[in-house]
Amino acid sequence: MKHTLVARVQDQPGVLNRVASLFRRRAFNIDSLTVGQSEVPGFSRMTFVVDAARVPARLVEENLRKLIPVAEVHDVTHVPTVDRDLALIRVKCAPGERGEIAGLVDIFRGKVVDVAADSLIVELAGDAAKLDGLLELLKPRGILEMVRTGKVAMVRGAAAGNGNGNGN
Amino acid sequence: MIRSGAQIVWESLVKEGVEVVFGYPGGAILPTYDAMLEYPVRHVLVRHEQGAAHMADGYARASGRVGVAIATSGPGATNLVTGIATAMLDSIPTVFITGNVPSKLLGSDAFQETDITGITLPITKHNALVTDVRELARTLKEAFAIARGGRPGPVLVDICKDTQQAKCELEWPDSVDLPGLQPIPFPDKKGLEKAAELIAKAERPLILAGHGVLKSGATRALVEFAEKTDTPIAMTLLGLGGVPASHPLNLGMMGMHGEAYVNSAIQRADLLLAFGMRFDDRVTGNLATYAKASKKVHVEIDPSEVGKNVAVDVAIVADLRATLEALTPALDPASHQAWRDEIGRGQAETRTRDILHQPDNGHLYAAHVIHDLWRATRGDAVVVTDVGQHQMWEAQYFAHEDPRSLITSGGLGTMGFALPAAIGAKFARPDAEVWVIAGDGGFQMTQAELATLQQERLDVKIAVVNNGYLGMVRQWQEFFYDKRYAATPMLSPDFVKLGEAYGIPGHRVTKRAEVLDTVNRVRATPGPALIDFRVEKEEAVYPMVPAGANLDAMIRRPVSEEVQA
Repeated sequence: MKHTLVARVQDQPGVLNRVASLFRRRAFNIDSLTVGQSEVPGFSRMTFVVDAARVPARLVEENLRKLIPVAEVHDVTHVPTVDRDLALIRVKCAPGERGEIAGLVDIFRGKVVDVAADSLIVELAGDAAKLDGLLELLKPRGILEMVRTGKVAMVRGAAAGNGNGNGN
Repeated sequence: MIRSGAQIVWESLVKEGVEVVFGYPGGAILPTYDAMLEYPVRHVLVRHEQGAAHMADGYARASGRVGVAIATSGPGATNLVTGIATAMLDSIPTVFITGNVPSKLLGSDAFQETDITGITLPITKHNALVTDVRELARTLKEAFAIARGGRPGPVLVDICKDTQQAKCELEWPDSVDLPGLQPIPFPDKKGLEKAAELIAKAERPLILAGHGVLKSGATRALVEFAEKTDTPIAMTLLGLGGVPASHPLNLGMMGMHGEAYVNSAIQRADLLLAFGMRFDDRVTGNLATYAKASKKVHVEIDPSEVGKNVAVDVAIVADLRATLEALTPALDPASHQAWRDEIGRGQAETRTRDILHQPDNGHLYAAHVIHDLWRATRGDAVVVTDVGQHQMWEAQYFAHEDPRSLITSGGLGTMGFALPAAIGAKFARPDAEVWVIAGDGGFQMTQAELATLQQERLDVKIAVVNNGYLGMVRQWQEFFYDKRYAATPMLSPDFVKLGEAYGIPGHRVTKRAEVLDTVNRVRATPGPALIDFRVEKEEAVYPMVPAGANLDAMIRRPVSEEVQA
């Protein structure tokens, strides 16, 4: 099963290399990894989606914790979270189809952010299921290019701020 | 106080209590070597940087203190790699300091530039590249704290040449503030209670004692626990010495070349108490059939080892000694006479197969050599082994009574380890009798360090167990490759003459009757000595669990053949 881990790491050269090296060396299967700034200066936040079929997620977590620049790691798979993934999708689109595609995108609360003669770029943020849903619908029209950021996650409501990766 | 980076290196080492470093100079580390002359740290010039790494490692294993090695950039740094990996796999507190090219040349493929922090990323507990002299004191302080802390390990600090030359106001950080350096947790109450419950219910309990016994100084706590609960103890290779071999509850070694009755006891136990060991494949054999009859309690300092190879019922992530000191008083005394008797019958059967109990057929076996070394020293020596057959025979025939009396490369299995590690051990324990036991193959890998031994006037005795083969590989070829001896017969130099070339007296022993005499003669003469033991060429280490086989499916020494010979 897929597990979502959230880590707070010191923002220093080579930290991503250390994390990547650990996953490679231990043959941990990683679906996505995102890195970005956190609310604490000097610390980045990483979100991992790992496949725990071969190695228990707990071992991935404990191995991450052994890296010196890693301050905290939490498995948020079983707590309520807000999950977001962002996709940019360039889809084939004849001038006459623009309205129809825009309508579809609108249902998913996405946006058309660029229009060319025979294609347009759709921006969509949401959880993985929502992104997959729109992609399914756009596929028959011809997806020319796509990029997804990978998942980021934050614990919801009352569970937050209790050491669930949302700060100190 | 204005100091150069080079001076800060030595100021830091002095502050950390470092008395000796092992190293080899070169261009990128020259500023540090130049500053060395102003500081009270002894430098041991090695003949190859791998030797420096093993010396730092041997020093750390023999003393429990942090071992330090220094090398230059490029090939100097890469030559350390095998030694760093050896320290990593056995969790040895070590600090490696390397020079690198001037910071403005980093990444330009400059002369003798290597990305040593990149290369050592997976074989260090942590590493750092320092390009700003103001970061140097803090980085070195952190390096020592990380090397020692929790589950120990090697840390490498790579310092650019211009950083060694640059100057700054030296300010010592008051403390180390590393978010990722976890304090050692106390044993949790729930875990202790659950463990106590299982211990109280067990009828066939068995302790698996590992390296953690030595590292946490848990010998006495473990013996008290075992005596109170009447629980026999099986040892891992790296655990040997953690419980006196002569203790009646100590069964001896488990695993691939462990005693058959020990492995069989592991398979039949109803409770395994894994104390400071990590269920390495060399001690478990086939995991699918490993110790199926038992509940398992795992006391381990590193949470990432819990459940890695073997699922356990109770895990206590804490220091072993603290755990045992909390656990033992809560337990009722118990007796497991029937269980111990059952194991004892296997023990008796094993003795009949022991080569020491076979009639003398005129051949010299490595087992005789090691047994006589033990008889001569009464076990009161630090033995540093290489890797291979002799290493396993040492583990079987040299009875270790004290912690840190056996120094051996377990996890990585590094040939060439013994001689340099023994030099490090002698620096750590100058008053101890130190013996190298090495095979003819491994000894040749680092024999250049004979010069270091002589240069430092160290009293280290060397036993080369010489069978003209890469013996352990030959044994695998005998058992599993139809005796096709590909690249295992090995030509060696005349080791007696080799020793003499370095000014080290050499002796040759070919008969069983000469062993004890020669050993005692050598022991009575101060200074280094080398004995070339010409042993039986095609002897195998018994018993043996073939790699990946069930733990109790062992190849045993044939009984009859020897008796009839």
